[in-house]
Amino acid sequence: MTPFLVLIRRDLALSLRQAADALVAVMFAVLVVVLFAFGVGPEANVLSRISAGVVWVAALLAAMLSLDRLFQADHDDGSLEQLALGPLPLWSVALAKATAHWLVTGVPLIVAAPVLALMLAMPPDGLATLLAAMILGTPCFSLLGAIGAALVLGARRGGVLVAFLVLPLAIPVLIFGTAATEAALTGLEAAPHLMLLGACLLATLALAPAAAAAALRQAVG
Amino acid sequence: MTALLEVQGLVGARGGHHLFGPIDLSLSRGGALLIGGANGTGKSTLLRILAGLLAPEAGAVRVNAALRYLGHHDAVKPALTVAENLAFWQRFNGCGASAPPLAAVGLERLAAMPARYLSAGQRRRLALARTLDASAPIWLLDEPTNGLDAASVTRLEAEVDRHRGAGGAVAVATHAVLRLPESRRLELGRT
Repeated sequence: MTPFLVLIRRDLALSLRQAADALVAVMFAVLVVVLFAFGVGPEANVLSRISAGVVWVAALLAAMLSLDRLFQADHDDGSLEQLALGPLPLWSVALAKATAHWLVTGVPLIVAAPVLALMLAMPPDGLATLLAAMILGTPCFSLLGAIGAALVLGARRGGVLVAFLVLPLAIPVLIFGTAATEAALTGLEAAPHLMLLGACLLATLALAPAAAAAALRQAVG
Repeated sequence: MTALLEVQGLVGARGGHHLFGPIDLSLSRGGALLIGGANGTGKSTLLRILAGLLAPEAGAVRVNAALRYLGHHDAVKPALTVAENLAFWQRFNGCGASAPPLAAVGLERLAAMPARYLSAGQRRRLALARTLDASAPIWLLDEPTNGLDAASVTRLEAEVDRHRGAGGAVAVATHAVLRLPESRRLELGRT
């Protein structure tokens, strides 16, 4: 097994020992959706109309929950400097940890997304596109989050700072993700929006690990 | 014979304050360097520079072999067992058969215990087990005896002797008395 997979496997094992991580993300998303439903009212047409946007906002906020701890524990217990001295370049360490974060929070959110959408009376026609968009969009949240989590290492109120740093960067993903689902619901072509989401994913995949690595290098030094 | 580690004109600083240097030194196979000095004279900074974690203020460090570094923190995950903690670092660093068994640090009976139940000294021994990897010729140890009992210190000295005998080298920053025969001493605060 390569060091990259070894690191992902360790982070998954740590998350499974603290099973709350994945559950909290999904439960938080459910809570956001329910609050929206209470706030907007029981009118099915209104809920259906905003369902795509609400599900995406709920997923984004839920993904933010554990981001401030992405590197914090490794930084505090000395693991980060050992990882920095290991066989993986720091960008690869950042990519492995973002991947583990996505597996723990992104995948459960993808699984939960259709249920959340149905809670908001989304017509079943949009569910396949919603799923496809979530598969492309949620990894962007983890990758962008890795930049924010690395930048706030050692800072007080890291969670708030991560949100300030990451949420603006996630706006394009939010726009294209919502637009893809709404296009499918209104009978328009969703493919262009999905392709733009794919482009966002490729861009974050190419840039985010390097940016996070630069911040990690500062934190380790 | 090429030195495992060479340092030329090394100057260390922290927060804009000069700590030590310029220092010239080399570490050859079988060599040991004991770094001493009062608090704040830069012992840990020197080891972090040698490990590549910090950039020096001036000078050059040439590392000609793989190294293992033991810092102030133990890099132990409380949620994993003792064996899982060690196995992770061994697999991550690709130690394989060169890795020391838990018996080398006297933790073999605690292999299945979650690391959160370890005492500070036992966590330090687990960190040492991660560091004392024969496949890496250079060991950089920062206060390795912190929290260790006398028997553990003796075991550490034996492991270091064995490593040096096999062609490795070690640099140790410590306030404690560590019996490392034929070692050189670098006293910081006087350079």
